[in-house]
Amino acid sequence: MQPTSHAFKANAEGALGNAHLQQALKLMRAGFPGRRAAAIARLPEFDDLRDEAKAIKDHVLANLDFYLEAFEKNVIAQGGQVHWCRTPQEACETVLAICRRLDAKTVTKGKTMIAEEIALNDYLEANGVTPIETDLGEYIIQIRKEYPSHIIAPAIHLVKEQVADSFRATHRELDPKRRLDEAPTLVAEARGVLRQKFLSADVGVTGANFCVAETGSTIIVTNEGNGDLTQTLTKAHIVLASLEKLVPTLEDASTILRVLARSATGQEFSAYTTVSTGPRRAEDSDGPGEFHVVFLDNGRSAMLGTEFQDMLRCIRCGACMNHCPVYASVGGHAYGWVYPGPMGAVLTPSLVGVDEAGHLPNASTFCGRCESVCPMRIPLPKMMRHWREREFEKKLSPATYRAGLGVWAFLAKNPPLYRLAANAAARVLATFGGARGRFRSLPLAAGWTQGRDMPAPQGRTFMSLWAARRKETGAS
Amino acid sequence: MPEMPPRVGLFVTCLVDLYRPAVGFAAVKLLEQAGCRVEVPLTQTCCGQPAYNSGDKADTKAIARQVIAAFETFDYVVVPSGSCGGMIRLHYPELFADEPAMFQRAQHLAQRTWELVSFLVDVMKCEQVAARYDGVATYHDACSGLRELGVKEQPRKLLQSVAGLRLSELPGAEVCCGFGGTFSVKYPQISDKMVGDKAADIAATGADTLLAGDMGCLLNMAGKLSRLGKEVRVRHIAEVLADMTGEVSPIGVGEALR
Repeated sequence: MQPTSHAFKANAEGALGNAHLQQALKLMRAGFPGRRAAAIARLPEFDDLRDEAKAIKDHVLANLDFYLEAFEKNVIAQGGQVHWCRTPQEACETVLAICRRLDAKTVTKGKTMIAEEIALNDYLEANGVTPIETDLGEYIIQIRKEYPSHIIAPAIHLVKEQVADSFRATHRELDPKRRLDEAPTLVAEARGVLRQKFLSADVGVTGANFCVAETGSTIIVTNEGNGDLTQTLTKAHIVLASLEKLVPTLEDASTILRVLARSATGQEFSAYTTVSTGPRRAEDSDGPGEFHVVFLDNGRSAMLGTEFQDMLRCIRCGACMNHCPVYASVGGHAYGWVYPGPMGAVLTPSLVGVDEAGHLPNASTFCGRCESVCPMRIPLPKMMRHWREREFEKKLSPATYRAGLGVWAFLAKNPPLYRLAANAAARVLATFGGARGRFRSLPLAAGWTQGRDMPAPQGRTFMSLWAARRKETGAS
Repeated sequence: MPEMPPRVGLFVTCLVDLYRPAVGFAAVKLLEQAGCRVEVPLTQTCCGQPAYNSGDKADTKAIARQVIAAFETFDYVVVPSGSCGGMIRLHYPELFADEPAMFQRAQHLAQRTWELVSFLVDVMKCEQVAARYDGVATYHDACSGLRELGVKEQPRKLLQSVAGLRLSELPGAEVCCGFGGTFSVKYPQISDKMVGDKAADIAATGADTLLAGDMGCLLNMAGKLSRLGKEVRVRHIAEVLADMTGEVSPIGVGEALR
């Protein structure tokens, strides 16, 4: 998809004024953090597991060539194939070629963020193959022609009334007078519509939460079971993956699984954990006819060995965005590309370029809540700051902001001058705002005073009062 | 022979210096009450965060060098802000990771640097303060103090010893107020939305007073509360602990309106 991250400010403005979105975000704020906290309180060894999980991924990243080769070798040994793709274009072409060879008309899809990254749906549709999303959230946004606003809850920006409207508009074969005001009725309707499509699909596409090197297996976790149906009933199962997903062993995958669902939704485990190893064998009762892993790079290997390498530990749990006060204010679409929130603020500039996505690492107060909940201990604020350093070097921030910062830094490096300037500023501000104690508007802080007051200073700086007091008491 | 009182350098912070000298004097009083000798080096300006968080590493390092030179001879450096305290304690050593000599000096300073309230409790072992404040207060945990320096129980412990004060816990006290330094300048609308949510949470506690340990957050929250017409008195926690609330009006309240 075409990123709109450069328009983050305008996107955010729209989001702040969108009443439905704000209602949905309020529910999210009240939900995820409390559920995660409760799940973790029930598992005393959670922090030790985080350390183990981090160590597993650090080990993989340090020995990536070995594990990538082992994974491919074992996929082949199980009768599958691995396709290495450098770009979204290559990945899309690879998927289409498989569909064409199998004469596939429809493709069912389980949840996969890589498919969003490569804009697979648009590509397949443009080439005469119909993609059908089977994850409820993904299905909702597909029929609304939107894209996910959250990596594990793609339709979290919507309230159920909006979903009901979309179902009425799309499922025209059903009774128009039916009631759709409760979430379970919506789920039941989607299930009924989708079940038929599972049965008629030719190819199933899913993502992967893990690629297990020792067995050549891929693993997905879902709460709807749609992943299983997607992959077992088709001529071919295509797994879209990237190098973040690689783990050495099944044992390692289970360690990370123990932190994944707890961090994401506060569940101890997702409802379905599905291990896929190769295509259907002669003795199997079901399974796909072929098994393909499309392994996308799209700029990730260039992050290795840089200050952004730690980002490749990300397991896409969404805890960082669930706890981010900026995400909770503007929602995921404001970030303008596939990955929103703090993890998106680090990853998006890496994948689409900092010229496009320069706002994202700036749109953070560095409150540190994302890092404090990240199961993989990714230092997200630190990496956002690295992006800001690159932007500063490339002079990408607005000229007025840079000029203001320059004047301030000049003064801060010259204490006597700084004293004079601070004294003058304190006096002037106190003279004009002192009686009320605050300003309702200030020329250089118009953005600030639009929605809140700016308190006025007391009148003299601490340093000048301190010096006066030392003089009075005769101290040195 | 009694131990020599520790020699403490007060890092005033630029916002306390400019906006609210009362917080600096409250810090001095608390430190002296705890048995410290307090000095205020004149060559301090700011910890450098505006530059650091804007990606301007060269200016940040220049300012950090200045702070290190001004403060490295003290037994302790105490800061009435978790944000500036965290900058010196965590980020100064990171800045000089590639310069061994400076790294050592930065590390030396970092190990001696404390946020005010945690210094009083964790280092000086203060159990209580001699202060009175009649009111119901709620306390916001400013982000850097909480997550970088572990300031959580210490302020609550000392507030419990203030005569007349009842603490009403703030739901979501650990959620950012939306200040974020330069963030509030670059993204004022998002910042305003965040502080609006915070103001609603504060009002819901029914407290008549809001306390926190960081001037930036306090200015932000006081500005929003007053714009919304909420009658909540906003103060830096040091003013209450030092029993100095009679000497200065709450943040954002003019002398004429006291």
